[in-house]
Amino acid sequence: MAHKKGNQTYILDKDVIVRHSECIVGQKESEGPLGKYFDQKADDDFGMDTWEKGEAKFVEATYKKLLSRCDIEENLIDCILAGDLLNQCTSSACGLKESGRPFLGLYGACSTMAESLVNGSLLVDGGGMNNVVCMTSSNFCSAEKQFRFPLELGCQRAPNSQWTVTGCGAVLLSSGGNGPRITSVTPGIIRDYEISDTNNMGAAMAPAAASTIIAHLSDLERDISYYDLVMTGDLGLTGRELCRDILKMHGINAPKEIYDDCGAIIFDPEQGTCAGGSGCGCCASVLCGYLLKLMEQKQINKLLFIATGALMSAVSTKQGEPIPGIAHAVAIENI
Amino acid sequence: MGSDNLTKLNGPKYEKMKQDRSMKSNLLVDCAIAFVSGGFICIIAQVFKDIITSGKLVDLLGTADEKSASALTVLFMVFLGALLTSLNVYDNIGKVCGAGSIVPITGFANSIVSSAMEFRSEGHILGVGAQMFICAGPVIVYGTAASVIAGLFYFLFTMG
Amino acid sequence: MDIFLKYLGVFVVGGILCAIAQILIDKTKLTSTRILVLYVVTGVFLTAIGLYDKIVEWGNCGATIPLMGFGYSLCKGVFSAIDEYGFRGIFTGGLADVATGIVMAVFFGLIASFISKPKSKNRSRNGG
Repeated sequence: MAHKKGNQTYILDKDVIVRHSECIVGQKESEGPLGKYFDQKADDDFGMDTWEKGEAKFVEATYKKLLSRCDIEENLIDCILAGDLLNQCTSSACGLKESGRPFLGLYGACSTMAESLVNGSLLVDGGGMNNVVCMTSSNFCSAEKQFRFPLELGCQRAPNSQWTVTGCGAVLLSSGGNGPRITSVTPGIIRDYEISDTNNMGAAMAPAAASTIIAHLSDLERDISYYDLVMTGDLGLTGRELCRDILKMHGINAPKEIYDDCGAIIFDPEQGTCAGGSGCGCCASVLCGYLLKLMEQKQINKLLFIATGALMSAVSTKQGEPIPGIAHAVAIENI
Repeated sequence: MGSDNLTKLNGPKYEKMKQDRSMKSNLLVDCAIAFVSGGFICIIAQVFKDIITSGKLVDLLGTADEKSASALTVLFMVFLGALLTSLNVYDNIGKVCGAGSIVPITGFANSIVSSAMEFRSEGHILGVGAQMFICAGPVIVYGTAASVIAGLFYFLFTMG
Repeated sequence: MDIFLKYLGVFVVGGILCAIAQILIDKTKLTSTRILVLYVVTGVFLTAIGLYDKIVEWGNCGATIPLMGFGYSLCKGVFSAIDEYGFRGIFTGGLADVATGIVMAVFFGLIASFISKPKSKNRSRNGG
């Protein structure tokens, strides 16, 4: 059973192994700087007639790909933890309705990937489950429709706005087998610094990310240099620098080599994506397609993965409510 | 409240940090593009209107007076905006031109047609029919209300 | 020369109205819908106080095609209907004058929703 250390961190006692991971991304993501790491791409609609069905298809296809590639019998999957950005998490539910395995839907906005890993690893560690799939997805077109404007509306994007990533990432956590291990998890605390600008989500989430990093390091009495790489989820170019500033204010030096952000590296600013990528699928595809591959090749051995979420809805922003941020941290290590 | 480990951060301080780190748009370039593109769209309308008032199309349209010409020009520009939207072109114009393509009446047409296209997946009654005005509705509502208020004043003054 | 001056007026007036909106977009957090509402209401107001007529004289389509011109038509329509029909003109004049644009947009929108689909913007480089 996991035990608690400090204010909010849990150290896992049993082996929780990241046995396999898969992702599928959209066309634009495959043309970005990380394109060569993403081995499967699809159009946003995935050949379906609506964006929403397309996103569900991404989920379904990624799940099937994960099962086929890691050679596990379907009925050995004890639980699927999944979530997305659409109202009531319909993409995950529709995409997994044929799976025939227990399903728990999650919502943590763009932090859902880490939320599912936190939950999944604790379930494997102490909940009696042996194989848990953690997955999230997002889709540019369906997210635009729900949160912003019709796709064909001729408007400019604000310079600090972010581009929702089309992609889905899935991880299989197991109690045995080979692969890097999840060693500790730090569920985050909601942070609200009164940012209400939906065109600057990075700024809304940066304090939460910094807060979780600080909590994780102080709970475990570690220095940031313990990790080869610290990756936040989707703060983008603006949020990444703000997060770095806040860490510095609190005595943590996070240089480029150690700290980066998935949203800041998935796109080239030349692609017209303003401050970078966002959405559940952003950090999910970067983790599954890129970071875990680096771990597999032993290029990095200790990774701190912090997915960040902006806890808002189309209604709350219209009502002028500020956007609270959340971030959960997961430490993944080659041991 | 529970523990807050961001001891050195507070709202006003963070607002300042956010301002410093936020990327700024290039106002001068944006305005120049909006000016030129907006002016250009108005020129197209004027050319069309001048053709009507010159009487060249009087056989086709049956009229060449000033009031009809204005109405037909608006009709033509709305048609142009709607056509470019349905051909998936207007959003690319908007990305470059910004306000230059939002403010002319072609942008108004774009907002209606783009909403109609977006919500076709939710059906033609509750999707297209109900959502067509999500962007343009406020313009009509507040424009109409303002004209009624202006009309009330005008009525009171001309009567008195 | 006359025609040149006329078209210069169209270009400059139309351009300035768009450039002001661009400043509002860049410098404030106002969304484009709010700016358009502001423009229409301003158009009605400027017409009511008699100022917009002067701008239209100078700018022609440069003043009537930007959305302030929509407010101008609404207000002019109401005023001339009041002159003609009295009180009921307050409620009938406005939309009657802008009906051409709205009806065209609604009808075309409905047609477009049958024949045309929004295209994914998540494709080529430069966001095309």
